[in-house]
Amino acid sequence: MSSNTDFVLAVEDLTVSFDGFKAIDNLNLYVDHNELRVIIGPNGAGKTTLLDMICGKTKATAGSIKFKNEEMTVLPEYTRVRKGIGRKFQTPSIYENLSVFQNLEVSFPKGRSVIGAVFFQCTDEVKARVQAVAEEIGLADTLSTEAGLLSHGQKQWLEIGMLLMQEPELLMLDEPIAGMSVRERELTAELLKRISSNRSVIVIEHDMEFVKKIAQKVTVMHQGKILAEGTMDDVQSNPQVIEVYLGH
Amino acid sequence: MTSIKTLLKQPGVLSIAILAALLLVVFPAAFDIFRLNLIGKYLTYAFVAIGLVLLWGWGGVLSLGQGVFFGLGGYAMAMFLKLEASDPETTKIQSTPGIPDFMDWNQLTALPIWWEPFHSLTFTFIGVLAIPMLLAFLISYAMFKRRVGGVYFAIITQAVALILTTLIIGLQGYTGGVNGMTDLKTMAGWDTRTDSAKVILYYACAGMLLLCVVLGTWIQRSKFGTLLLAMRDKEDRVRFSGYDVSMFKVAAFCLAAGVSGIGGAFFALQVGFMSPSFVGIVPSIELVILCAVGGRMSLVGAVYGALLVNAAKTLFSESFPDLWLFLMAALFIGVTMAFPLGLAGLFESHIKPWWKKRSDERRRIKQRLKELENGDDDHGGTANESGDTVSAIADPSDSPAGLVIRRSPV
Repeated sequence: MSSNTDFVLAVEDLTVSFDGFKAIDNLNLYVDHNELRVIIGPNGAGKTTLLDMICGKTKATAGSIKFKNEEMTVLPEYTRVRKGIGRKFQTPSIYENLSVFQNLEVSFPKGRSVIGAVFFQCTDEVKARVQAVAEEIGLADTLSTEAGLLSHGQKQWLEIGMLLMQEPELLMLDEPIAGMSVRERELTAELLKRISSNRSVIVIEHDMEFVKKIAQKVTVMHQGKILAEGTMDDVQSNPQVIEVYLGH
Repeated sequence: MTSIKTLLKQPGVLSIAILAALLLVVFPAAFDIFRLNLIGKYLTYAFVAIGLVLLWGWGGVLSLGQGVFFGLGGYAMAMFLKLEASDPETTKIQSTPGIPDFMDWNQLTALPIWWEPFHSLTFTFIGVLAIPMLLAFLISYAMFKRRVGGVYFAIITQAVALILTTLIIGLQGYTGGVNGMTDLKTMAGWDTRTDSAKVILYYACAGMLLLCVVLGTWIQRSKFGTLLLAMRDKEDRVRFSGYDVSMFKVAAFCLAAGVSGIGGAFFALQVGFMSPSFVGIVPSIELVILCAVGGRMSLVGAVYGALLVNAAKTLFSESFPDLWLFLMAALFIGVTMAFPLGLAGLFESHIKPWWKKRSDERRRIKQRLKELENGDDDHGGTANESGDTVSAIADPSDSPAGLVIRRSPV
């Protein structure tokens, strides 16, 4: 039914309908190795729903999602994560009552079964990994801070860091710079460029300045379908895109 | 000596040591056997309360049916004791000698097959743990795999409590019905009604409870404990970090059920009977209240909660037979309104800081005195002393009540 591909992610004929309303309608999307893809589109275009379906939060009505040529639609969420799909949510989703260190430690991909978790030891390897990731996201000085006390931008970074702990091959970020200051946005753009050097990244974003800064390839979604795909310049000059989105 | 000191400085160890001293030394010395037996009974409820700390306080899963597991553990034990109390010699006036009296009254002529294994003490001990855990697994696996949670899960646990009570009462010939199982006398030939047996059972119960508290503390400090807290706050984040959230909830529920079962077994042993009045909805909610009053984040707090609430219950009902229910209600509402994290929360937020301030002050005064005594020629010693003081002041965890664990990072 669906083809074999070399893509990291191949979404084919994907459809989901909620009581007859098709939030995603026969959508095809291919993401390459080490690609940083930005998805834009007006509100209600189905961007977040698409990410929900790839990570398993929403079940597909029809179609296929292949990650490294393996069908994902039948797998539960945690299996998809273990295969290498990481997902960051729109609002920072971190464990506010735990320290930054614990937030990162819990995300370390060992001891994921019940028994494994009971006997999990925080070894030097784990500590070194936490330290490395904390430096990457600029939170190395706040490891013992309770995560709830971080600024909004730092929380966003922490969640990205928690995903990096898992070494995902595909990282999906839903509006990673929402609520960030100008300076924080710049730092985030640099961070995204760094982390996309050895993995594929899908970013949903509204901020056009930011998109221009990071995007290699842009996908425009509208009413559950893909309207246009290409470089930022291609997309911006596309008359259809201007009509539904950029013209507003 | 110094190693004991450093051990006691570890967070949590001192509070467990104090509890152990209270249960194993102070109570037996201070109370007569009747009161000690009563305290032993309160401690059996504490098993359920510490299970709830893990399940509800840490895991965020509220169960209003813990009486079910307490009851199953208790009934498993009571069935063994009842069989032993119903030997053919003592029951020879029955129309069918050798079966429990209530079966005879209900025209049963043979021991039901599922009673047979309870002739074995080993089976009974395993059953006390395994039967509640098995039922807990069946319920929670079915619910949590379907993502039933929160209030809905609490309601389902209530329904289970109601069903089990109805079942026990309805199957009078097999379970003793509303009267329960009475006249429990001996365990493997050992008379459990004598004074010395009561003391031994008290120590066994308290010892087992302390063991459960230590094990629970160990679990709280493990990654499993951290994950429970994480799940309570951001279930989706845990799920999308690669964890099968439902299995962790199932594990917590089974753990709480197993601990409750042990409590129930000790209840049957110490009180000498078991009845459906400890299984239903009302006792189940009372068990949650014990946990809430003691502090749902603290294992040790839950034990104090169980002791205090039940002691108050006994005291009020002895002194004010007409008023005691109102007084109990006032206690529950008062504590939970004023201190949402219970007595343990009160201790963390008020008493601990006050004590720390006091001891810091005393230490400062002592140091001053020492400095004055030693004069100026002993600078080295003084500096050393102050170094110790700083580390001691910085040492006790000053975390707010909600943030209990601190596995030392890096």
